[in-house]
Formats: sequence, C-alpha cells, structure tokens
Amino acid sequence: MTDFAIEFKNVTKKYDGFVLDNVSFALPRGCIMGLIGANGAGKSTIINLMLDITAKDSGNIRVLGCSSTDLTRELKEKIGVVFDESFFPENMKLKEVEKVLANIYKSWDKTAFSEYMRKFALPQDKVVKDFSRGMKMKLSIACALSHNAELLVLDEATSGLDPIVRDEILDIFLDFIQDENHSVLISSHITSDLEKVCDYVTFINEGHIVMSDEKDLILEKYAVVKCGEDEFDMLPQDKVIGVRIHKFGAEALMEASAVPHSYAIEPADLEKIMLFTVKRR
Amino acid sequence: MKIIINNASGTPIYEQIVSQIKNQIMSGELAEGEALPSMRLLAKEQRISVITTKRAYEELEREGFINSVVGKGSFVAPQNIEMIKEQRLREIEDKLREIIDTAHLSGIDKEELKEMIDLLSEE
Repeated sequence: MTDFAIEFKNVTKKYDGFVLDNVSFALPRGCIMGLIGANGAGKSTIINLMLDITAKDSGNIRVLGCSSTDLTRELKEKIGVVFDESFFPENMKLKEVEKVLANIYKSWDKTAFSEYMRKFALPQDKVVKDFSRGMKMKLSIACALSHNAELLVLDEATSGLDPIVRDEILDIFLDFIQDENHSVLISSHITSDLEKVCDYVTFINEGHIVMSDEKDLILEKYAVVKCGEDEFDMLPQDKVIGVRIHKFGAEALMEASAVPHSYAIEPADLEKIMLFTVKRR
Repeated sequence: MKIIINNASGTPIYEQIVSQIKNQIMSGELAEGEALPSMRLLAKEQRISVITTKRAYEELEREGFINSVVGKGSFVAPQNIEMIKEQRLREIEDKLREIIDTAHLSGIDKEELKEMIDLLSEE
C-alpha cells in the first residue's frame, strides 16, 4: 500500500483566464492537510481534479494509490466529500436521507451513521430545510464518514459557521485520523482553523503552489519583524517575503533565520504568511 | 500523565513534550513498562500535529527513555535510575557549592543556610 493518500505531480489545467500551473504536493496517510489560498487561487480546481470531476491537461494525480482517472467504484466509496453547500433534498427527514444514501453506497454503515446522528444531536423530526447551517454541515460530514471512507475531502466546509460549531467539526477530523490509515484534505481560507488541526499546509496562489510543507516547519521558518523604515532598509532584502510600510514604520514577513538579533521579532501565523505572500512587493 | 504545552514559551512544542515526559520518568511518576498514550491520541488531545508528537517520541526513544513496539505502542524503558540519580546529585552538588561560596562571601553561616533550605522546602 502506498504511503500517500493524495499525490499531485506536475499537474497543469488551463481554463480561460486561469492556469493551475505545474502543481505538485503529497499528503501522507494518517495526516491532515490544509489547502489555503485566496478565493480563486485554485483550491477547488485541485479538489475537482482529484475527484476526476474536471479533467487535467497534463501531469499525474494519484488518490489512495490509484490514478485519479481510474478510480473504481469501490475506491470512490472510500473518499468522503463535503462541499460548501449541502445537496440533500430539502423536504426529507434524516431517516429518508439515510434511505437514499444507503441505496447509493454499497458500503453504507448504518451503525456509524446513527452514532454520528446521536453525537451531533441532529433532530430526527425536522426536514433538512429547517436545519441550521451548522446542522446541515454536520449532516454532510456524517454522511461522508458513514461509508467507510479513508479519505475525507472538504471544500470550504467550515466557512460561514460559528466558532463553536467549527471547533466541534475540527474535533471530528482529529477523531477520524486516530486511525492512521485515514487522511483529511481541507480547503479553507479560515487559516486559524487549519492552524489548529493540520499536519501539513499547502498554500496556493494564482494557480501556483507557494509552499507545501509540515505546518510546524512553515511556522518556524518565518517571522514578523517590526521596525522603523530606515532599519527595514538595512535588512537582507532577498530574505524579505513581503512588507507593509506605514506612516510610523514597517512590518515585514521574513525568513526567521535571516533576521539580525538586534531586531524584535514575532512569530508568524498562517494568516500573516498568506497575506504577505499574496501582496508581495 | 500530565503534559502542559505552552504556546507562548518559544520552546518548540516537541521539546516541551520530551522534557516533561523525561521528568515524569525520572521522578518515577511514569513507571517502567507503563504504556504512553498513542502519538495520535496525544496529538488529538493537545490539538497539535501528529508530526510533532512523533518527533517527540522518536527523540525519547533515541535517548533510551522509551521503547516503541510496532502495532503495540510506546512504553517506558527500564531506566538506569542509579545513573540518572548520580548525575542529578552531581548537579545539585555543583549548585550547592556555588551557594556556599556566595553565602561565605556575604557572611551567612551554615545554620542560616540550613534554615533557609528547611523553610523553602516547606513551601
């Protein structure tokens, strides 16, 4: 069995006015990867390519050890997908939703589903359209996890939810990867969520991979320097990722190892890294 | 097992885990043969990366504090407690010598020092 749940090698996809350019990254099994980037950076394109919803122009994509274009029905059932919007028939109750899904998925796990229903405290007697956004999202996740999925893929699933529900959902992911064969790919622009749970971070901007590495390594590599503009000019400029010069000084994202000791530094979070990288000088 | 991680301390998280587990092994809180929580459980409960807990456990294993058995988990290794104790004793001796020197310079006598130790250890 391969060590990677998802592997992209030199993948290119051209649309009118957008190119996903030579993208490579890998998600080892047993880990959670966050896919971060601004709106329109290419996150959803990556997910659609992976699920073979869109066809790639060139390159190699492997999912659960199999080429993304040859995924068997059996393998597809091992991928649980959750999109931003839920697609459940609005007038159904939980029991009916389950009936439909049990017919679609061969490996539907009734026990797992009712366990999730209990855990998420979803109402049995309400129709889906009366669910809150958080409840709908929990239902989507419960469904994605109730057909023996090994890989959970979520596209912007936590956006629009309150911090409490988001936190509960992050816990579900952490529970899910207690099995070291399980993996999660989450795309989001809420970097603080990803910072909490991810093992790996892949950062994409305008169709290019800016970085893809262990989260801890990325956070250790960069630092935020705050100083006066004249002091900023004395810094090694090739190690400056981005800078915001304001009326009273400068705030710059730099490679931490290149900052002289006399400067005050703060740890960089994913949000700062994303901001400064996108708004390069 | 108690592990408290301080995100603001500047010490890498894996080092915090390593030193806290080490201390608990040396103090006997974690006994020889005792099972450590799985790396995944520790990561989940602490909300830190599996990669971090893995690095911490690997470090503990390299230093001989724990043994990892594939498929079974990690266990506290038999420790050469005597040797660790000896090492600590030497550290304490060095520090005490320093204290005695300082006391000597300031005219503080042995009795006063002993009193101070008694007082401080009761806190």
